[in-house]
Order: sequence, then C-alpha cells, then structure tokens
Amino acid sequence: MNVVDNKWIGQRTIRPDGVDKVTGRAAFAADTTMPGMIWGKVLRSPHPHARIRSINTAKAEALPGVKAVVTSRDVVDFTIEKGAVMLGIQDMRWMCRNVMARDKALFPGHPVAAVAATTEAIAAEACRLIEVDYEVLPWAIEIDDALKDGAPILHEWHKVDGKPSNIMARIESKKGDIAQGFKDAEIVIERSFTTRPVHQGYIEPHACLISVAADGKTTIWSSSQGQFMVRAMTSMLTGIPQSDIRAIPAEIGGGFGGKTIVYLEPLATLLARKSGRPVKMVMTREEVMRATGPTSGSKSTVRIGAKKDGTIVAAHGAFYLQAGAFPGSPIRGAVGCSFAPYDIPHVLSEGFDVCCNRSKVAAYRAPGAPIGAYAVECVLDELAERLKMDPLELRLKNAARQGTKAAHGPVFPRIGYIETLEVAKNHPHYSAPLGKLQGRGVASGFWFNAGGESSAQVNITEDGNVVVTTGHPDIGGSRAGIANICAELLGIDYNRVSVIIGDTQTVGFSNLTGGSRVLFASSMVVTQAADKVIATLRERAAKVWEIDPEAVKWENGAAHPVSPNAGEFKPLTLADLAEKAPSQGGPIGASVQLNTQGAEGGFGTHICDVEVDVELGIVRVIRYTAVQDVGRAVHPSYVEGQLQGGVAQGIGWALNEEYIYNKDGKVDNPGFLDYRMPVCSDLPMIDCALVEVPNPKHPQGVKGVGEVPLVPVMAAVANAVHNALGHRFYSLPMSPPKVSAELDAPVQQAAE
Amino acid sequence: MAKLHVSTIVNGEPMEFLCEPYETMLDALRGQLGLTGSKEGCSSGDCGACSITVDGRLVCSCLMLAVEAEGHEIRTIEGMAKGGRLHPLQQKFLEHAALQCGICTSGMLVASEALLARNSNPTEEEVRFWLAGNLCRCTGYDKIVRAVMETAAEMRQVILEARP
Repeated sequence: MNVVDNKWIGQRTIRPDGVDKVTGRAAFAADTTMPGMIWGKVLRSPHPHARIRSINTAKAEALPGVKAVVTSRDVVDFTIEKGAVMLGIQDMRWMCRNVMARDKALFPGHPVAAVAATTEAIAAEACRLIEVDYEVLPWAIEIDDALKDGAPILHEWHKVDGKPSNIMARIESKKGDIAQGFKDAEIVIERSFTTRPVHQGYIEPHACLISVAADGKTTIWSSSQGQFMVRAMTSMLTGIPQSDIRAIPAEIGGGFGGKTIVYLEPLATLLARKSGRPVKMVMTREEVMRATGPTSGSKSTVRIGAKKDGTIVAAHGAFYLQAGAFPGSPIRGAVGCSFAPYDIPHVLSEGFDVCCNRSKVAAYRAPGAPIGAYAVECVLDELAERLKMDPLELRLKNAARQGTKAAHGPVFPRIGYIETLEVAKNHPHYSAPLGKLQGRGVASGFWFNAGGESSAQVNITEDGNVVVTTGHPDIGGSRAGIANICAELLGIDYNRVSVIIGDTQTVGFSNLTGGSRVLFASSMVVTQAADKVIATLRERAAKVWEIDPEAVKWENGAAHPVSPNAGEFKPLTLADLAEKAPSQGGPIGASVQLNTQGAEGGFGTHICDVEVDVELGIVRVIRYTAVQDVGRAVHPSYVEGQLQGGVAQGIGWALNEEYIYNKDGKVDNPGFLDYRMPVCSDLPMIDCALVEVPNPKHPQGVKGVGEVPLVPVMAAVANAVHNALGHRFYSLPMSPPKVSAELDAPVQQAAE
Repeated sequence: MAKLHVSTIVNGEPMEFLCEPYETMLDALRGQLGLTGSKEGCSSGDCGACSITVDGRLVCSCLMLAVEAEGHEIRTIEGMAKGGRLHPLQQKFLEHAALQCGICTSGMLVASEALLARNSNPTEEEVRFWLAGNLCRCTGYDKIVRAVMETAAEMRQVILEARP
C-alpha cells in the first residue's frame, strides 16, 4: 500500500485526452451531427408559479417544417400518491415534473412543451405558436417568503403538522446534549448568515443528439456526469428499456455536480421517437442559467459554546436551504460536514429543505458543505478573536483525529486534518507581512467523499499494449490518474496504456462522476483487473517455462522466475506473451465490477489574503494557499487543479456570484456578463500544499479530492475581509455595492 | 431569402460557403465548415470559447457575422498545430496541465497565441488582463497563466539562439 518509490504514480504525465483537447479534435456534446438531423427546442414557462389549465399545440404542429411536438402527456408520470421512486439521490416523481411541468409550472424557465423541426428557427417559431392557458399564482423565491404564514405553497399535498408547508424535509445529526453543553460553556457566540444561489458555471451548455430507430433502439450522444444515469433516467421517463438505450458519453465541458441529472435527453428521445429523425438539442446560456442548477441560497444560524481555554463544548447549527421547485436541497452536506473537523462533545446540526419558485437545485461541488462551513468557520473566527487565540491554534485545539466520533455518525480512522492545520501554520504565507487595508483569514472544511459502483476492463492488445475501459466520464483528469496507476501495476511505459470511457452498452454499470469518487472507485476496480491480468500473464509464462505459476513473478513489464531455484529463463515481456496468446488459451484481459467501499472523508485548511479598495468597495484576493489531505496524489497536477479550481469557484461565490431576481420573479442576470464568475485578472496564483495521509482502505491510498477545495473558501475570504476592515459581513456575496453600502453606513449614522 | 456566398481563407486554405445573413461566423465554422474546435459557451461574447483571429485580430466568432469573413483571413484552433506538430503553447498547456475539461482550451490557446504575437515578453498582469475575456471554470487560471508565460520565455530563447 502507498509505495512511495513509484515510477508512474505521482508523475505529472501528459493526459491521454490532452492532444485532442489542445487541437480542437475532442468531441463535446454539441459537436456531433447526424444525417437527417433536426432541431429540438423547449417552450418554457414565463411565470414563477402558474397552474397549467390547457396546452394547445395544433398551430405549432401545422407549421411547415415541424416534425414533432411533445408535452407532459408524452412523459411517463410518476404519481405523487404512489410514493418515492429513487434513482440515486433523485426521486423520479420530481424528475418527471422537472423535465416537463405537469399540472403546475414552478419557476420561470420550467419546460411546458418541446418541438422538433427542420431548423432551429422553425422550432423556435413553433414554440411561439403553442398556446398555454396559465392560471398565474402568487409565488415565493426567498426562504423567508416561502416560510412565512400564508406563503404560496408549491406542493399543496405536502403538510407539516397538518398544514401545507414549503418545508419538505428536516434532518439532523446529533451527539451528546447541547442544552448541557451550552450550560458548560463560558463563552457563547451565535450568528446568522445568508448566502445566495450560485450556478455551477460550466462553460459547456447542456446538449444532446438522439436517434431512435424504428425498432426502438436508441442512441444518445450527450455530455453528463454519468452515461448510466442518462440511460436510466431516459428509460424511466420514456418507457424504453435500458437494454435498448446506448448512451455514449461525449467529452464533458465542466459539470461540478450540475450534470448529474437530465434535462434534455428524455425530451429529445421523445421527439426523435415521434418524428423518426435524429434530434439535436442545445441549451442557450440563458436557458442554462434559468432552468438548470444552481445550488441553494441559504439562511443559517450557528451557535458555538467554548471554555475560556478555547475548548469547544457545544455547537448548534440550523441550516435552511432553498431546494427550488422540487424537494432535494443538499441539507445532508450542510448538516453533516459543517462541524465534522472538530471534536465537540455536544452537537446538534439541523437542516431544512425549503421549496420555492426557482429552478430545482442540482449538486454543486461538496453540495451543502460550503454553505454550512461558511457559517461555522466565521463563528470560529469570531470565537478565536474573542479568546485572543490564533485561529489555527483554536482549530488545532479542537481538531478531529483518529477515533473522534463525528456527529454525522462515523468514528474517524487515521485522518489528515491536523496535518493540514500544521502545514498551514508553518507555511510562509501565514507569517508574511500584510499591508494597509489588507487582511488574512483562515478556514477549514470537510467532505464525506464516496465509493459506490464502478466497472472496468483491462485488455492486452495483440501487440502487447494496454487498453483500459472505465465507465466514468472524465471531468478533471481521471484518465491520466488511471493510466499512471495501470502503468505502475503492469510495470510498463505510461504511453503504452490507453484509457477510454466506455458507453453504457460496452462497459459494466458505473455510477456517477461525482461525490469525489471516480479515481477512488475506478482505480480500485482497475487495480483488481490488472491483478487478474498479471495472474494470467504469470500462468502463461509458467506454461512456456513448464514451471509452477507460483514460481513466476511479474516485474518491470515482464515475467521472471522468482529465483534462480525456479530455473534460468529469459524474461517474457508483455509483448512476448501477447504474441503467444492465441496458442496459449486466447486473449488476455479482465473485467471487474465492484460496489467499492472504504472512501474516507477529506479535510482542507485554507489561508486567504485580501485587499479592500474602500473607495470602490472591491475586495481583491491577493494571495491564497490551499492545504489539503489528498490521500495519495496519483497525478499531482490534476490534484492541484482540483484545489485551484475549487478555490476560484469559492472566491466567486464569496465576492460576486449571485442570482438576482426582478420584480416578476425572473432571474435578471442569466448570462456571463451580469452573473460575474472570476476571470483571469480577478485572481492571484493559487498555491497548493498537498498533504498525503494515505487512505488505508484503498490499494493506492486514494481519497477523493475534488469537493473539499470549495468548502472552506467563502469563510476564508470573509474572515480575511473582517481582518482587513474590522467589519464582518454576514451575507454573501461581498460584492462592491454591498461592501460600499456597509462601509458607508457608519458614516451616515455619524451624520445623523 | 437566398443565402449569401462567402469566399474566405480559413487556416491558410481558401474556402467558400453559403450562409444566412443572420448567421454568425461561429455557426458557419461549426456548421458548414465542420470546424467544431471553436466552442459556443454563451453566444454573447462573454466566455471567449469561440475565440478566433481575423487578419490576426482576436475576436469572438459568436459576435461576428459569417458574411464578414468575405475576403479576410480566419484562423481557428484547428490551424494551430503545423503538420501534426503542436504549437509550443499547445505543448506547454499539456505539460502544465493547463486544462481540465477542455471546453475553454481552444479559445484560451487562440487568445494566448494572439497575445504572444503582440507581446513576446508579457508580465503576469498582462497575461491575466489579456485572457480576462476567456472564462475557465475548472483551473482557477493558475496553470494557464504559468503555461503562457513559460511558452513566451521559451519562444524568446529560441529566437535568441537562432540569431547568428
């Protein structure tokens, strides 16, 4: 386990898909065409909340060039009364209503019909000809509006204490007795925070091309975080059996959780089936912003009690998250992760799932955890200040370690949280001098990580090279990681290993790319498959040498006798054995399918420096260091890339990104100009310090690394702003208008 | 309405196509010309994934009408590698892992090449402001900026060494 003198694991190799991506050859979702292809378009509700009395598609269907029109009548209904039908974390009752509104439209942008026509322009014109009779209803978008007495109710059938409610669920994690804990406390701090909905912000809009043959055989080209999820959801929503749907994963242009559900594929399949023509659908950026993702806006209250020496004795968090139109906000992440870095005897962490007239949330990098961590890590900063303690010392004093029982259940095995704190404390960044109007903040974060189903095939080619097929879309360099591991295990040059992503009909079931699970799970199955291949290779060599397979070892890409006692034989290379394969029992290869277990959580600690332009209210991040326990950095560049990308997203969330709604309840900034994600000139270099505490339950020590980097960021930035100004912000984003308003406020008071 | 005929040069080769008057250069490239390396991320000139050069000038092809290509010289990502040999920027992006999902990469490379054509010795700040029109959501830009600056340094070195 975790051999450190590896030849390939830990190397910064060139990614297998790299050349295609720097030359424009890589085929993303919108890059494919087919003969006879027509275009699909979605008609979307203009209203945040409306009952659909009727839909008349006659005029649209009569328009020359229109080949098919579908409405909710064409989508398989999962009725509310029959109860939940789960696919992963998604309830198909909500999915069927999210892809196409049934009785009610629940957000502006909610699909109500779809059209396929010979050109995009005709499809758009046909959408305009569809007559929808809406009964416009009062709506609620903000959490307070959805919770107040007499609030418009999205799902009337759902009741809390006998009354219709928009609170769709409450969950909690509990440890000890917080009443006792707060009694023991000598200092208690309670604060409330809000965050705005933010979008995952992938640059590639959702797109698909789907062909349905006369016998029902269906081919889907689309980009997603899981071709098997696409197949299953499309099957369930159209009634076509999974065995008839081949979902081919295109290269995916970013997902960050937002492509773990379907929007277009079921509609395009229905249109293709009805029209008999391949149908292509591509969302506009505006559609992406209005109708997909984002993550929840939130309202949190966190109360922490400590002794004067800094020992935290009690913590209570209440996290209200916007689910959007259908239940399913990431309360589990907020509830479970927020206090996980700390060993606290008395904890109550509660989450409330609040429906509102906004697009249904989709997962976004460590779903829910950054929201919770923002509140908790800001309160800890305040606690450290009150106690006159260094904020990293406060965290060290209370840090979770091996044996700590987390409030969300598990007892931690060997974890690397303390190491991240120590590395941060000793990092030159932490002691570097600060200038005027500059400030420094720190924060930590935790994410569960995940295992689950994964399948892979390792095949030896006739010329003695290797093809690895896995079932997970590669979103951040996982093919490079797999190639490193496979080259290491087989003892051959990295360039002799080709890693591809199979489609649903050519590789075994593999669960979503998400949760920080892909390298963990797929390297586990690839390792087992490679072990089987090596066993075969040893048997084949043993046959040639007429010795026992136990007397053969595999080393440096060749079979050798284990010792001179076994006999003197010239090593047989992979190429030698591949050449002999036909006469020795046939092709060499193995496939492994597992429900992988043993994913361990990850911890990170970040240091952020900001400079505030008090004239313009602009906060600039001027230095950033992300420290993370990454288990084993199989490909350090792509591990760093995960950290750097997560930090950039968190800086956007902290400083600029937010959904802004107009008086009609519509998103007023559905484009990249007004929804302001960080651009190159907004950011400094982002330093990474990789701590490697190997996961004892994984053959290479791998832990998921993709989610953790977003968790601490907003708190680290907020704490830095507080350090710079002596003023704390309790709501995000800390955008120029808000910062200016807050900075001006005391001046106004003084003038009064 | 009849389609319009356009004669242009794409990546050094004369090309002709027919287009609607409202079609963008990006539509023409990705559609009729089959050059899907340029990507559409926003269609409003905000993301830069469709960056091309027109007579050497960097533009978002989603903001240019296809008919405007008439008589001009277009360069796209597909023209960057020469005869199967990667441009130094492409090579450096690979070595520095300056891409993750790759959807912004074509535009980043085209924009970076346009920068180095104007400024062979850019500062970090100059690189960051030049690339401010090219959104990347995966990398945090760190490795992209490093790749561009290191390519610039190597290209300067090559020129120095080529001098008699």
